[in-house]
Amino acid sequence: MSPAEQSAVTSSARNGWLLSAPALTVLIFAAAGPLLIVLVYSFLSPGQHGNVVWEFSTDGWVSILWSKDIFSDEWALADAHLAIFWRSLWLSLMTTAFTFIVGFPTAWFIATRPPKERALWLFLITIPFWTNLLIRTYAINEVLRKEGLMNTVLMGLGITDTPVEVLYTQTAIFIGMTYVYLPLMVLPLFAAIDRFDMKLLEAGYDLYASRMQVLRRVILPIVKPGIIAGSILVFVPSLGAYVTPRVLGGGKQMMIGNFIELQFLQGKNWPLGAALSMLLLVIVMVALLVYVRYANNGSSHG
Amino acid sequence: MDKSGADRGFEVARLPGFATTAIIVFVALYLPIFTLVAYSFNASTSLAVWGGFSLDWYAKAWDNQQVKDATVRSLIIASFAAVIATTVATMAALGTTRRRAFKGQTFIYVMINQPLMVPEIVTAVALMIVFGLIKVWLTSVGMGALTTGLGYLILAHSAFCIPFAYLPIRARLEGMDLTLETAAADLYATPWQTFHRVTLPLLAPGMIAGAMLAFVISLDDVVITEFVKSGGQDTLPTYMLGQMRRQLTPEINAVSTMLLGLTVVLLTAFFLLTRKKT
Repeated sequence: MSPAEQSAVTSSARNGWLLSAPALTVLIFAAAGPLLIVLVYSFLSPGQHGNVVWEFSTDGWVSILWSKDIFSDEWALADAHLAIFWRSLWLSLMTTAFTFIVGFPTAWFIATRPPKERALWLFLITIPFWTNLLIRTYAINEVLRKEGLMNTVLMGLGITDTPVEVLYTQTAIFIGMTYVYLPLMVLPLFAAIDRFDMKLLEAGYDLYASRMQVLRRVILPIVKPGIIAGSILVFVPSLGAYVTPRVLGGGKQMMIGNFIELQFLQGKNWPLGAALSMLLLVIVMVALLVYVRYANNGSSHG
Repeated sequence: MDKSGADRGFEVARLPGFATTAIIVFVALYLPIFTLVAYSFNASTSLAVWGGFSLDWYAKAWDNQQVKDATVRSLIIASFAAVIATTVATMAALGTTRRRAFKGQTFIYVMINQPLMVPEIVTAVALMIVFGLIKVWLTSVGMGALTTGLGYLILAHSAFCIPFAYLPIRARLEGMDLTLETAAADLYATPWQTFHRVTLPLLAPGMIAGAMLAFVISLDDVVITEFVKSGGQDTLPTYMLGQMRRQLTPEINAVSTMLLGLTVVLLTAFFLLTRKKT
């Protein structure tokens, strides 16, 4: 490389940094940087009325799983916390699984429409994706409520005499999360199926494979990257969900996001809230790293 | 592909039950939203009984000072956030595309996309802590006047809107023809003239699309706003969230429908704008 070329590369890099600097400043100040302060706070002691006292302590992290007895000062496994983690994990996994079960046929349906129709079907999936999450959650609330659409239909058809009370249960959160996160599953699945070569199906049927065999042995392995992308896109926001469990769980059915809020807004235990936030962040980052690694491996094979 | 081939592909691609499931999914996706919209026109006070068509709830929402204030606040924050996010995202897109890969470029990408990866609740508590510390510090140095105002919300919104503004702008830049700029330079245009007269007009649709996405994203935010706002700084979504704890009336449906309408209009415009370029 000649000195002139070398200096061109250097100035190009410098311009790149200079042009990106304003965006980086905003992001470091109001998005990434504050996360470091949360990490610091997770190692401090809780203040009397919320906030923190600047004394080092690992209690914030320890109290994720254990709680101190107020009389004997002994640590015991915190069943209430475990119940919240278990609920968050279980509901997120259920949501991911169910959005896949109904999202896969939907994505397949869109991908096999004639090209002219396809854009319209895709647009129909995209609108809810960009629509206010709170409004969509509220819409589900209206459907599930005692006098809502679901009960009106069920009682109208004579399936039940008394209204089914689903609202403020885990089932309601599960239905709500499936509803609001479904487009996040359908869109990457569609992208994967869209690239799928339908001739492979003919080959499969020519070799006397049944529909089930073709689905399991041909289609699913090939669209696997889309399945993984969709699963992570649904699982990650489900695990950190705050609005949906608050509106549909009615405060009783807390998930990690609501548990974090409880530590901060009710001023109970900021270091614990900070430690929980960091834990949630780590889980999400691990999930994303697994995805990035898998996606890179996948592309090198084909 | 010839026509007969395409037809045969279609038969082969049909899987039992898939189309039915898909149709059920589409109905299930829209039915709750349509119900919500329909009940905003309900004359009855109760959400349970249909009492005929009426625009009363819109009139009530219109007369509600809290709704008015929240709407104005939402629009101010979203406008500022969209302008700031689009400006810095355009610069960043110009800095990270159409040039030789440079050291640290991955870092810039990760930073820009970071708001998409971190759970909102985590960013929300992080900002609540940091802005709280800043406010305490400002008060201690006698600048307590700076602890109020919408600046904090605008800053927070600008940050998480950046990736949404960046993506369409970058896509537009990558699809742009370099020869026009080279031609301008050949005709002795200064780099600024080239940028101002050639690059910017070509980039405009991407910037408008990015700004609209940023606007919609800011308008919809609940979690970060809920934690960052000070007392009396409700936006439309946080006002609605607060109302959902109380007795529900179709007024919330009316407010939701208006917000929904605005979003759909912006999205349709975005859809048409980005489609036009192909």
